[in-house]
Amino acid sequence: MAGRARPLDTDRIVSDPSTITVTLKLYASLGAFLPAGHARNEATVSVRDGTTIDALLDGHNVPRESRHLVLLNGHFQPPAVRGSVKLKAGDALAVWPPVAGG
Amino acid sequence: MGWTGKILRVNLTEGTIKTEPLRMDWARLYLGQRGLATKYLVEEINPKVDPLGPDNKMIFATGPLTGTAASTGGRYSVITKGALTNAIACSNSGGYFGAELKFAGWDMIIVEGKSPKPVYLTVIDDKCEIHDAGQIWGKSVWDSDEWIKKRHQDPMMHISIIGVAGENQVLYSCIVNDLHRAAGRSGVGAVMGSKNLKAIAVRGTNGVKVKDGMRFLKATREAKKVLQENAVTGAGLPTYGTQVLMNVINEAGAMPTRNHRQVQFEGAHDISAEAMATPRKSDGQKNLLTNQACFGCTIACGRISKIDEKHFSIQNKPQYWHASGGLEYEAAWALGSNTGVNDLEALTMVNFVCNEQGLDPISFGATVSAAMELYDLGLITKETTGGIDLKFGSAEALVKCAELTGKAEGFGKELGLGSLRLCTKYGRPDLSMSVKGQEFPAYDSRGIQGMGLTYATSNRGACHLRSYTVSSEILGIPEKTDPLATDGKPALVKAFQDATAAVDSSGLCVFTTFAWTLNDIAPQVDAACEGDWSPEYLMELGERIWNMERVFNNRAGFTAKDDNLPPRLVSEPAEAGPAKGLVNGLAKMLPEYYQLRGWTADGVPTNETLSRLAL
Repeated sequence: MAGRARPLDTDRIVSDPSTITVTLKLYASLGAFLPAGHARNEATVSVRDGTTIDALLDGHNVPRESRHLVLLNGHFQPPAVRGSVKLKAGDALAVWPPVAGG
Repeated sequence: MGWTGKILRVNLTEGTIKTEPLRMDWARLYLGQRGLATKYLVEEINPKVDPLGPDNKMIFATGPLTGTAASTGGRYSVITKGALTNAIACSNSGGYFGAELKFAGWDMIIVEGKSPKPVYLTVIDDKCEIHDAGQIWGKSVWDSDEWIKKRHQDPMMHISIIGVAGENQVLYSCIVNDLHRAAGRSGVGAVMGSKNLKAIAVRGTNGVKVKDGMRFLKATREAKKVLQENAVTGAGLPTYGTQVLMNVINEAGAMPTRNHRQVQFEGAHDISAEAMATPRKSDGQKNLLTNQACFGCTIACGRISKIDEKHFSIQNKPQYWHASGGLEYEAAWALGSNTGVNDLEALTMVNFVCNEQGLDPISFGATVSAAMELYDLGLITKETTGGIDLKFGSAEALVKCAELTGKAEGFGKELGLGSLRLCTKYGRPDLSMSVKGQEFPAYDSRGIQGMGLTYATSNRGACHLRSYTVSSEILGIPEKTDPLATDGKPALVKAFQDATAAVDSSGLCVFTTFAWTLNDIAPQVDAACEGDWSPEYLMELGERIWNMERVFNNRAGFTAKDDNLPPRLVSEPAEAGPAKGLVNGLAKMLPEYYQLRGWTADGVPTNETLSRLAL
């Protein structure tokens, strides 16, 4: 399917000491961009140390205009910092398109 | 225009029905629905009245845009003194009842006194009658709805009904219309039950007139376009409903769990919108069948669900095998995370029971949660619960409690008291997660600081719909603020409170405000109603309503001491997540809030403030 993520280069370098493991959580309509075989809207992915939020999401083809609510370990990341904030080992990145409730 | 200009006054003690013109001078100051009906109530009852006594009144009120072409223009509210809170109560509902009441030609129905025997009311255009309800007293909402429609040979009626919970005066019983929409909070169903009034059935065949038809159509068309093009109201809410918040709030570390002991629930995903839309392992079917809209709504956030018929909770119970109103976020949280239950089918079943019997699922779930903590601490035992093993996480216990509470049987009778009275009875009032006796909704205020001030100052007791600062603090609407900070929150809360009071008085749904501001709403009101209605005037009107409610509560005996939070939230830091180590900073926010409101340090509106607001 169009929205299915292509394998990341970083997914093949698990044994490289310069890689780290993070949890990627994509909710609502963004669930389609998670790697195959994921469960509960989340997947553990390996990325090169120094990967930014935007780079990880770009690697999974998450449309930029759909990255409305981006929480890193529960803390909101505004659009202006997503290209510069680097992920650390064990981080959890959760992303939603525009949603609301009450 | 917008208003019909007529109200019905029903005295159940005397069995009389009178009509009277709407006070248009008050309509100009209070608009309609919440504001205008509260004005009638505060003028007509003693604030110290027993909410379950015959001297309390209840008002079923529409807004001027109810029943019009405005999107979401189907709302009505029930205004009374709340049975759960002893404070002003205003419970808002969608569905089709409100619009039908306008079509019958009425802005509101004021119900007075107490009938000597169970009755129900029919309003068919100009004709209003009181009928004997002996044959449906003791029956469920669903069965009563069917019986009344058959009795009057009119399937087009829209009916507001109490279930057995309201009859038994469960203190958080609600009034259900159209089978699964509800005026849910503060125990308005118990007030209706105390009056021996089972239902109000309405059928209307007239339209609603507006001031300037062409301008109104233009304004409503433009406003609908805003809703359609907005990613939240145009796509997010119709697709995922409010339940999409389950994972959001959990991730943000503001998910009240096990009676607010924790702020994140490990089973959140199992009971989320995403889970509702995923085929079940048990039968391959999805819990969620479709979405549904209330009258005139172009958002359609409602959920329609169907439970796996083989699920333990509904085996041999065919009344729950059909599709019905599914889980909204508030119900899913209260029945699920707060009790530690992650069984989506069980939560859906209990939600069905709440609709069937007329229970507010927020207060019910939160009361069960408090009871689970009492049980966990050994303060109540199986002997108290009638054999129910009331452990956190037990779906079986939750289902059993739901089946007993509306009927006021066994331990259900104690659960029907609400968490504050229950916890007080067993010596731990601090374990009731409530304000002014009303249980919290689904946001832990250690992780969303503004919601602490929202709850503490809400005129109807803890409530998210009085100022939904979650919208700003978490969702970034209209602009993002830091949920962990207290700075700026008093002004944010005040602005949300005033704007929401205006929206609640219009006939529109507050969910429109994920896309609309008062700049979108004012042109619609202005085209429909006599007079000039600017966004600025609507804000002023909202502030007037807020202060009117506050004055009522002060006269009922509430003071600044009641603008408070349970000790847990201000003294026990969150254990995990973004708010780890934080408590709610209410003490920092409250003085500034009083100052911004023009109230004394004791939380009393000054004469200057009251004069400025024409109160």
